[in-house]
Amino acid sequence: MTIVLHGRMVVPGSVAGEALVSHEPISGWGGIDPARGVIIEPRHELYGVCFAGKILVFPSAKGSSGWSGFFQTTRLSGTAPSGLVIGRLSAKSALGAVVTRVPAITDLDADPCAVIATGDWVVLANSTVEVTKQ
Amino acid sequence: MFLTDDEKRMRDGAEGDAVAAAMDLLLRYGAALDADRLCAIRNVAGTMTQPSPVKARLVAEGGWDRAFAVINLDSDRDLTIPPMRVPTCQLQHGFGPDSVDIVPYPRANVDLQSDAEAFYGAHGVQILATCTPYQVGNLPLRGEHCAWMESSAVIYANSVLGARTNCEGVASIGAASLTGRIPCWGNHLDENRFGTHLIAVDGVSVQSFQDWGMLGYFAGTVSGEDRPVVTGSVSRPDLAELKHFGAAAATSGGVELYHIPGITPEAASVAAAFESAVPEPVRYGPAERTAVYETLNEIGTSADVDFVLLGCPHASLDQVRQAAALLDGKRLAAGTELWIMTPRALKVMADRSGYTAVIERAGGRVLADSCPAMSRAAPAGTRVFATDSAKQAHYLPAILGIEAWFGTLEECVAAAVTGRWNGGLR
Repeated sequence: MTIVLHGRMVVPGSVAGEALVSHEPISGWGGIDPARGVIIEPRHELYGVCFAGKILVFPSAKGSSGWSGFFQTTRLSGTAPSGLVIGRLSAKSALGAVVTRVPAITDLDADPCAVIATGDWVVLANSTVEVTKQ
Repeated sequence: MFLTDDEKRMRDGAEGDAVAAAMDLLLRYGAALDADRLCAIRNVAGTMTQPSPVKARLVAEGGWDRAFAVINLDSDRDLTIPPMRVPTCQLQHGFGPDSVDIVPYPRANVDLQSDAEAFYGAHGVQILATCTPYQVGNLPLRGEHCAWMESSAVIYANSVLGARTNCEGVASIGAASLTGRIPCWGNHLDENRFGTHLIAVDGVSVQSFQDWGMLGYFAGTVSGEDRPVVTGSVSRPDLAELKHFGAAAATSGGVELYHIPGITPEAASVAAAFESAVPEPVRYGPAERTAVYETLNEIGTSADVDFVLLGCPHASLDQVRQAAALLDGKRLAAGTELWIMTPRALKVMADRSGYTAVIERAGGRVLADSCPAMSRAAPAGTRVFATDSAKQAHYLPAILGIEAWFGTLEECVAAAVTGRWNGGLR
């Protein structure tokens, strides 16, 4: 089954990959270890999970203004996600997507964290997210 | 995005390659935000000097020009960094030379940061070295557009001072410092400064430093990235209490702006805090207060405390005085350390007022520039720490893999003196 969501590109580009879905907001500083590309916040649903190379689907960015810098460091460390699907954009996540330099999309016509599940195959291109359920 | 003639000139390289790279980042960032235009700013607070492994590598490759280009402008080009175009300050960063032998923090980081301070100081950056620039003279006026980092400073500037800034990052503040511009989006616009959630304090009385922090943590949980408005039985807070409230709200959620009608400047009344209808209130009562307390203490199991951390965000001079008063004539338990973090400018005053000597006689330390979370540094062997900061209780267990207790200043000092946690919600 394939579902297509329509939105607005935050960082232009196209990418295909496996989705990693967080239903909770993600912290950058204090929330991820950029050297390993892993979520380290103990109270988080994805605690200990690696996002490197995945298309990270999340509702919003929370916490410190170090958010973008930490995601920039994932790019410089080779642990970055391959794409970002952002439920609700903020200055933190917009700048984070820009400096991670991966295709990113927001303002979708359905809640991406509800429609997409971890492990689904996702194609991000031309202001759409094509989701193939696994 | 609309650009003025001046902005087009900067984009096209009339002011040099580094300024053009800065404009390029602002254009990419503005497009990501779907911003209509840039706004002129002349107050930037961010981070350039904070040591990191990536920064050390970049400096080794191409000096501080290279590090600034990659990290603060997101540019791969070889650039020569000009002086800052507008007033720019360095927020908190790593520990400095006077922390050596006290804080287990790599000497290489201390040296790298000293080198950075020399470079950036010469480029016009003011080394305030605190997460609370508003405590040491950087007080933007109401309505002033700024480009600030540090979530606890951003929420203070927006809410308590009525200044206008989004929660910027290392690349946008670098670009802002060389151009005097930032995307005019989000908190810069009137229509985004109204409240979204109403929190009614009912059945509990919020009047202590601890209670303001817990209410902030609750407000962040309820509002996420939105804008809470707080009413009900709250005392008139002071600077330290709103510093704690805001830091907590920005930690549990992503709050960048709140209103307390009658106290903060942009909302004279509950009705004025909302653009249209006032929403149904979310209650903060005894059950909610207890739940926040338990969340902040859920990482604590062992009552043997080996580290007490005060001053997150950096302590006011009066908070240092209060800690000194409680420690006067006391002695810390063997094997327990106490650090209080404060801006360097205030540490000078704490030294001069005799507070530092009292704290040091008890075995504690007054430290500047950084904090355990920023620098991933606590006393060697720390397994369990106690703090009066909701923010530090939230972050430090994740960053250092240690247990946390959250309580009052009095409970924290008692833990430092006895080596045992004996806190509880009262």
